[in-house]
Amino acid sequence: MIAWTIYLTFAGAVMSLLLPRLFARWIALLTTIAGLVLGLIVFVGTPVADLAHFTTIVSLPWVPALGMNYHLAIDGVSLTMVLVTGIAAVSTVLFSWDIDHRQNEFFFWLLLVVAGCYGVFLSADLFLLFVFYELVIVPKYFLIAVFGSTNKEYGAMKLTLYSFFGGMFVFVGILVAYVSAGTLDLNQLAQFQFSSQLQSWAFPVLFLGFAVLAGIWPLHTWAPTGHAAAPTAGSMLLAGIVMKLGSYAGLRVAMNLFPQGFQMWSRWIAVLAVIGIVYAAAVALRQSDLKFVIGYSSVSHMGFVLLGFATANALGVSGAVLQMFSHGVIAALLFAVAGRMIYRRTHTRDLGKLAAMNLSQALPFAAFAFVVAAAASMGIPGFSGFAAEITILIGTWKSYPAAVWIAGAGMVLVAAFTLRALKQSFFGEKGSDVVMQEGRVATGPDWNQQPTITIPEKIGACMLMLATLIIGLYPKLLLDRILPAVETMRFLK
Amino acid sequence: MSYLELLRLASPEAVVVFTALVVLSVSLLAKRAVSACGFVAALGLLIAIGAVLLLPRSATLFGGMLVITPLNSLFKIICLVLAFFTILLAQAEQTLRHPGEYLAIILLATVGLMLLVGSEELLMIFIGLELLGLSLYVMAAFDKTDIRSAEAGLKYFLFGSISSAFTLFGISLIYGMSGTTGLAAIAAKLAVTSVQPLLAAGIVMTLVGFSFKIAAAPFHLWAPDAYQGAPVPSAAFIASGSKVASFVVLGKIVLVGFAPVQGSAGWHAMVAGWSPVLAALAALSIVIGNLLALAQSNVRRLLAYSAVAHAGYTLIGVVAGGRDGFSAALFYTTVYAITLVGAFGVVGVVRRETGGDDFSNFSGLASRSPLLAGCMVIFMLSLAGIPPLAGFFGKFYLFSVALRSGTNQGLLWLVALGLLGSFVSLYYYLLVLKAIFVEEPAITGARSFDHIPPGRLQQATVTLIAAAVVFLGVMPSVLASRILAAIP
Repeated sequence: MIAWTIYLTFAGAVMSLLLPRLFARWIALLTTIAGLVLGLIVFVGTPVADLAHFTTIVSLPWVPALGMNYHLAIDGVSLTMVLVTGIAAVSTVLFSWDIDHRQNEFFFWLLLVVAGCYGVFLSADLFLLFVFYELVIVPKYFLIAVFGSTNKEYGAMKLTLYSFFGGMFVFVGILVAYVSAGTLDLNQLAQFQFSSQLQSWAFPVLFLGFAVLAGIWPLHTWAPTGHAAAPTAGSMLLAGIVMKLGSYAGLRVAMNLFPQGFQMWSRWIAVLAVIGIVYAAAVALRQSDLKFVIGYSSVSHMGFVLLGFATANALGVSGAVLQMFSHGVIAALLFAVAGRMIYRRTHTRDLGKLAAMNLSQALPFAAFAFVVAAAASMGIPGFSGFAAEITILIGTWKSYPAAVWIAGAGMVLVAAFTLRALKQSFFGEKGSDVVMQEGRVATGPDWNQQPTITIPEKIGACMLMLATLIIGLYPKLLLDRILPAVETMRFLK
Repeated sequence: MSYLELLRLASPEAVVVFTALVVLSVSLLAKRAVSACGFVAALGLLIAIGAVLLLPRSATLFGGMLVITPLNSLFKIICLVLAFFTILLAQAEQTLRHPGEYLAIILLATVGLMLLVGSEELLMIFIGLELLGLSLYVMAAFDKTDIRSAEAGLKYFLFGSISSAFTLFGISLIYGMSGTTGLAAIAAKLAVTSVQPLLAAGIVMTLVGFSFKIAAAPFHLWAPDAYQGAPVPSAAFIASGSKVASFVVLGKIVLVGFAPVQGSAGWHAMVAGWSPVLAALAALSIVIGNLLALAQSNVRRLLAYSAVAHAGYTLIGVVAGGRDGFSAALFYTTVYAITLVGAFGVVGVVRRETGGDDFSNFSGLASRSPLLAGCMVIFMLSLAGIPPLAGFFGKFYLFSVALRSGTNQGLLWLVALGLLGSFVSLYYYLLVLKAIFVEEPAITGARSFDHIPPGRLQQATVTLIAAAVVFLGVMPSVLASRILAAIP
């Protein structure tokens, strides 16, 4: 049944392109809700024990001559990612509710990204996974280049080329695995013994290729520029789900296929991850564009995911998967507030200018949402960020005690730049030249016509806040499903 | 062997020749010559496809001069389909003053393609090449109102005739050393004798001739001018049909005829033979084609340089050799040809409406004609190798076969180069799409296309081709398994 998330979303994409403009956003909303509901039904309905193994849902021959199958499967890790995709997708559509420029096209590209993400998370065939993985790249280009802002063509091209550059390494890695093992089935590949000489070079090639999309330092620079250039919906999807494609595939493919290669290189992944955490947080501290701050914070948080992987123990890796969920929700919320609630009403994202507005009075709901998002992002207990990062750090303590100290310092930096952004954007000293009124900020002659925070925006924000809160208070909900699935993977030490 | 038997086995070629003659006479008699001739020509090609389907599964005439195998029949059909699309595109071309003659020449070129595909004997192959070449030179120079068309024709002719001379000289040397022109007989001869320098020269010269036909670097210099200057349908045909047939023949010559002297192009195991030569050509084509395409601002020139790069990718399959390698190369080149006909179809419409084919002519196409813009997205992304389009599967097939061939993944260097090349290529294909989708219309007075009736047929053709590209990407085994099954 979960396979229908893919079909429905593709069908929705085509329909939103072809049907009259009036329907586009409703179709997008309905398809994304359907995806989320399907995910939730499976989440509730599947016994936890069934999620420990990568269980086949659909398997049809596709290109028999080359051994390609249309093979979908699910386990706890996949299900977690499908859920976060559903949540982020619904809220993304809600936050794009009043897009009026080339609406059909916008929702077409948007749904294509979502469908591709579902596909990656459910694929059990290496070729199929790669098809979906690459399929996501190009729609992002159009979303950003056509509908973006700030330096959009540069940001879009940079992001696309970086993704495709990573894709090139992935391609080599996949071909090597396919040619040596003679199969493309992920479950069979995971049982195959690759020679350790091959693993030693194929693992870094494959993992690095995927990690480009996950924003690994030093190949992360596409992320902040891309996020800043993208329309709000684009940044939400990009930070919320697309970056997770890289880390998910790194886990599912690179680490699972080449366990020996992974053990050889895990130390270096930890080093890059820790550098990423600290470096991106330090850079974020100096940014003046709010979206850049959030963009770098994404890189920093994805560093935790990679650190969790590098621990190579069940706790650390499960924490990383939980962090993927948690960051998907938090990043979407942060970008929604920055890109939609603030930028649309003030037409600036410059922290200096925002500080002069004291937006917390004008946009109290936005301020509330941003405070929640910031708290979750900083890792305040009670929110999902804390649950995920503490699990990762416990896992790390077993493998790399030194890394815990540095990552801990990184967390302090994260708190510092988040508080700085929070203070300047919403709680600055009010300047004399900005006019405002309950719910509105003066930006042009028609400022009092502008809507206050709309109902769809409120629903979307509440959904995301609820998700981070539920998982923060009761992480067992997901961890119970993730941990058994991770424990069956064979790369664990 | 009676003449009736010969006529039966050569019926597809005979039908096309006959159609060409009918088209010529119709153009003299009919009032609305363009559509009447086009209709007759298209009908003739469809009948020829039917005739191919009725042929026996296999037959050999005159010691391999005319051979019918499943592979030959399949590629005769593919060539006929490409010619069919070209004729549909030519319908909207109003600059051509003598449509009947133009269509007749396309048909004669198609006969050349079919002879080329359907022969396993060097002399017959050469005759096919010449018939094809001479028709294409005329097609390139057909637009008498455009000086660039004359330039295209002349350049193509000069380069083409020199390379023909090379091929013929090579063939004569091979004949001299082996005493035969049949491919299978040559292979048998080569297997028992050691390679003499003269024979090596013969092989290299034959390869040079074909490298020209497929526009592999460094024999690609004619391509940019021919693609840019020739009338759009001619350019489409040069880029598609001619290329497919050349790859079929090249593959047959090297894999059947020169099989004993394959050598090896593996990184640490280079052995002299034709495969290192082709590997070098492939590497050079990928690098030169992609780098020069980066600097283009004209879509047709860009397509020409990218064609050089694609010839390089396809050669990787031939270098890999064997049944799998050949089938991957043929799948790739077929898909490429179909995609390129579609892309030229879009170029043709844009050129007719805006008077040019630079990037600026394409800017804002998305708002002027969403349909054509959507089709162009499919074509460009398929060329760049983005799933789920046909070009992606083609590349995956090609590279996986190359990696599997030989020992210890010796062709990894070529695969890596190919991947790097397709990474570079995504940038320039995106530039085209950027002009179409992101930029505002730069040409004033460019009208909305929907009001112009003659474009209907062209739009329908382009849409059909785009649908085919998507279909072949989602269901590649439809074509791939047929090609694989057809190769002995």
